[in-house]
Amino acid sequence: MKNLYARSHSTAWRWLLKMAWRDGKASSKRLFLFVASIVFGIAAVVAIQSFGENLKQNMALQSKALMGADYKIDSNHPPKETVSKLMDSLGGYQSREISFPSMAAFSGTEATKLVQVRGIEGGFPFYGMLETNPSNAAYQLNNAALVDATVMMQLGLNPGDSIRLGNITLPILASLKSIPGSNAVFSSIAPPVIIPYSFIDKTALVQTGSRVSYDFYFLDPNTDLEKLDESIGKVLDAEDADLDTHLSTSQRLGRRYDNFGKFLNLVAFIALLLGCVGIASSVQIYIKEKVQSIAVLKCLGADNRQVFLIYLLQVIAIGFVGGLLGTFAGVLLQQFFPYLLGDLIPVSFEIAVFPTVLLVGLLLGVIMSVLFSLNPLLGTLHISPLQALRVEGNQTKKKSKSQLFVSAAIVLFIFLFALWVLRNPLYALSFVLGIALTFLILAAVASLFIKLIKKYFPVGWHFPARQGVKNLFRPQNQTLILVLAIGIGTFLISTLYFTKDLLLAQAEIDAQANNPNLILLDVQSDQRQSVKQILTNAELELTEEVPIVTMRLHAIKGILTNAIRQDTTSRINRWILNHEFRVTYRDSLIASEEIQQGKWIGQVSDNTKIIPISVSDNLARDADLTVGDTLTFNVQGVLMKTQVSSIRAVDWGRVQLNFTVLFPRGVLENAPQFWVLSTHVPNEAASAAVQQDLVRDLPNISVIDLRQVLALVESLLGKIAWLINFMAFFSILTGLIVLLGALKTSKYQRIKENVLLRTLGAKGVQIFKIVIFEYGFLGLLGGITGVVLSLVSSQVMAIWLFDAPFIPSWVPFLILIPGIVLLVIFVGLTNSLAVIKSPPLAVLRKEVNV
Amino acid sequence: MCVLKLSEFIYLVGLTNTKLFLLYMPKILNVRNLKKTYSSGSNQLTVLQEINFDIEARETFAIVGPSGSGKTTLLGLCAGLDRSDTGEITLCDVALSGLSEDELAKLRNQKVGFVFQNFQLLPTLTALENVAVPLELQGNKNAMETAIELLGKVGLQDRIHHYPSQLSGGEQQRVAVARAFSNNPEILFADEPTGNLDTATGEKIVKLLFDLNKERGTTLVIVTHDLELAQQTQNILKLKGGRIVEHVKRASL
Repeated sequence: MKNLYARSHSTAWRWLLKMAWRDGKASSKRLFLFVASIVFGIAAVVAIQSFGENLKQNMALQSKALMGADYKIDSNHPPKETVSKLMDSLGGYQSREISFPSMAAFSGTEATKLVQVRGIEGGFPFYGMLETNPSNAAYQLNNAALVDATVMMQLGLNPGDSIRLGNITLPILASLKSIPGSNAVFSSIAPPVIIPYSFIDKTALVQTGSRVSYDFYFLDPNTDLEKLDESIGKVLDAEDADLDTHLSTSQRLGRRYDNFGKFLNLVAFIALLLGCVGIASSVQIYIKEKVQSIAVLKCLGADNRQVFLIYLLQVIAIGFVGGLLGTFAGVLLQQFFPYLLGDLIPVSFEIAVFPTVLLVGLLLGVIMSVLFSLNPLLGTLHISPLQALRVEGNQTKKKSKSQLFVSAAIVLFIFLFALWVLRNPLYALSFVLGIALTFLILAAVASLFIKLIKKYFPVGWHFPARQGVKNLFRPQNQTLILVLAIGIGTFLISTLYFTKDLLLAQAEIDAQANNPNLILLDVQSDQRQSVKQILTNAELELTEEVPIVTMRLHAIKGILTNAIRQDTTSRINRWILNHEFRVTYRDSLIASEEIQQGKWIGQVSDNTKIIPISVSDNLARDADLTVGDTLTFNVQGVLMKTQVSSIRAVDWGRVQLNFTVLFPRGVLENAPQFWVLSTHVPNEAASAAVQQDLVRDLPNISVIDLRQVLALVESLLGKIAWLINFMAFFSILTGLIVLLGALKTSKYQRIKENVLLRTLGAKGVQIFKIVIFEYGFLGLLGGITGVVLSLVSSQVMAIWLFDAPFIPSWVPFLILIPGIVLLVIFVGLTNSLAVIKSPPLAVLRKEVNV
Repeated sequence: MCVLKLSEFIYLVGLTNTKLFLLYMPKILNVRNLKKTYSSGSNQLTVLQEINFDIEARETFAIVGPSGSGKTTLLGLCAGLDRSDTGEITLCDVALSGLSEDELAKLRNQKVGFVFQNFQLLPTLTALENVAVPLELQGNKNAMETAIELLGKVGLQDRIHHYPSQLSGGEQQRVAVARAFSNNPEILFADEPTGNLDTATGEKIVKLLFDLNKERGTTLVIVTHDLELAQQTQNILKLKGGRIVEHVKRASL
């Protein structure tokens, strides 16, 4: 008999394709939700991944221009002999620079400004451009200065005016539009001023405690930078100097976008997950609508495999089209990112289209649609041809092995995707577990609810209410599946909202009226009286007066830092070994500090041998410290033995001087130190007046006006917020599509019942009421559970992923939950509209027999 | 046409040696000791029992009975859409119990045609595509030509590109009839073919069914509760409560 049916392989496939096309073409309206779910998910993923790749690529391409040289050696001290020798052995530097922040005054204006003074000798920058107006300004030949263009504009300065820095006055040759290694954000606080190197000494601004940086630039394109780092990195470390290559510069810049990038990836992840839920529910409806057709096809002699393949081919095609549209939308979308972010991006941004991202977009479309369709598709195998005869056969719905296999594949897919996006197996695993846990909890809540409502059934309610509530636990009820869909959707949307809030709040600075807003840095001990006098004359109150002593770590727990540097197995973070700690001493804690472990000691006597100190929690973590451990500090030549007596939690978000290391009173009073003073100025004019006085009398003091910084931070946050909202909106839109899909599934369950009720004489209002009760409860249950679970997940992510405090807002409770409930009821009502408007039989024929 | 091979002949002899005389006529459907039960909850519901009958090739055959008598269940079993609990059905010389689901599907595709009460056209396919499907399933290269010809025979040559929703009930059933004959079946099962149609349209469909049946030499099995329709067939099998109560064989019409 077999040879009767023998037909060539290709004809068989051609027919399957033809059937898939014919059937899909006529069902295009019904496949809309399906495609939409994929498109939004993929668009978010592609846009975010592609943007990330572009950012990386641009930074790598322009990394030399970002630094201006192949590598540099820098230090906070004038180079020691070993370092000088080392530099000679490398062939000598091509250019050098001394830079520090300082106040500057200008001719023809009363204004003063905190600037970053950069004294340069030699041809730096070797890569990138020193853009000036007029162009090619030879400041070194003319013994003149280049001043940041924005400052020139703000203060109405022109080339030919002059600038006073400490003891010298230089003519301004040109305005400085850009210089490699300067980033827009920092430039707004301390705009760069470039002068010839030889004038630095004459300014007399380089004093103890000044934050001076000595940089030596090398032009050496043929050096293997990684090898160089290996060979001289440790030697330099030992001498408090650093090798900085153009590669590490761009990497460091890249890391700055870390939290932001993590959030965007979270958005992508959630959008895609929502898309997957959308696919699962839309295919479920789709196959449900096709049951009769499938039964007929089987009557006509199509076998299980053929039917399965017809719909699988459709799903693959839709996945492909969705992936294509989504990828296209994503590529378009990312074109807007640079405009939204503007100054935040350190490089001039050229958008390339990455084939890998495109490929992943397309593949994701196909894989996710196939994976999440497989369970409903496998269901077609169990559709009996008998159903064409309208005979309800013995329908055993067992979970087959293949369905378990599909579930496992889905879990694996989510894990792999999370891994791809987050690049961290632990995070990815926690994400998958989190999602699974959410599913379980939602399912438990739904079944508990069904039990409770059965037990305490409101017998006294009127008929529509009782009928509506009963629908929640009747046979074939949809409570579980809808609570799952609504719950997961709400959960994801609300998690996204909370995380967005969390990130934006993290950066928010509360500008209360009485907080200090003028910070004076680098005040030498002998200048304190003069500063106080100037403040008193200006009728300003001194709010804070903090001494700062700089020191480095000499040994940790008795092991020399030099030895730790050599030890590759050490768990101690490298920054600690090289860091110049700015330490203060006082006898009490301030509001932003809280003791976590140990005991705070605020005062010691002169003869204390081991000094009890307090360290911040992040330092304790990075240096692997607990209470009782010893640390030896090198305080400008003097070794001091200390012991960790307490570990503090510090709220770094507050605008306040916070310290990683805190000494008690009675030890550092006589050490070389400088001071930070702060005051509150009521307005712009008062701020300008006191700054002028300070610059005139005490030119080495740097003044930071926090109100300017706040304005700057606000504008930057505004841009980030825009992008975050924009992307979150995408995910939320996908979520709504998914909810619509899930609710449409329920349509077929209820329509027969409502038609029956209608036949028995139910009024339209009564049917409406029944629907409102049933769907209202479903919406409430799913919505509330979802939001509550998202509180937990956001808290977990705040701790593990973003490292930021989380204070939930009320918005999801006040807007999201009622919104979801109304949406669910609305869709429920529109589903029932046909029942109320048309005669019962017409509805049955139209909705059920198709 | 069924052609009895020698081996199959011997097999049938072995199987039914008590009623050897039956083998002298070419039998297209052979039903022996059929029993079918459904379980509903914890109850066992016997829908069919002790069903024995044969249908000869080219015969017209009606299964009648009141609602719930098991007519449609019997039809489903005979056409290989479902499996019996006990007993044996031989369709076109093939014992159905020995076939897998996919082999059953192939058998239906090659030798069986269906007409349903509610037409059961694929809503997403045009009239032409609906009629062509059984042929395309066989890999027939002339599927479209044959389908157009058949649609012409049922008088729908002007509506071949219409979707089912654009056709009236009578037109839909005519498409269904064309589809039923498209694969040149040896046996055609019709389940209440006039059930969803008004009397006049129903009569036209019945005439079409019988005419095509005659022209093509097909065996026709009709399930109906319409006695007038049943009177037009050569055999009437009366069912009640899942048992055969009467088998009327009439002279050829």
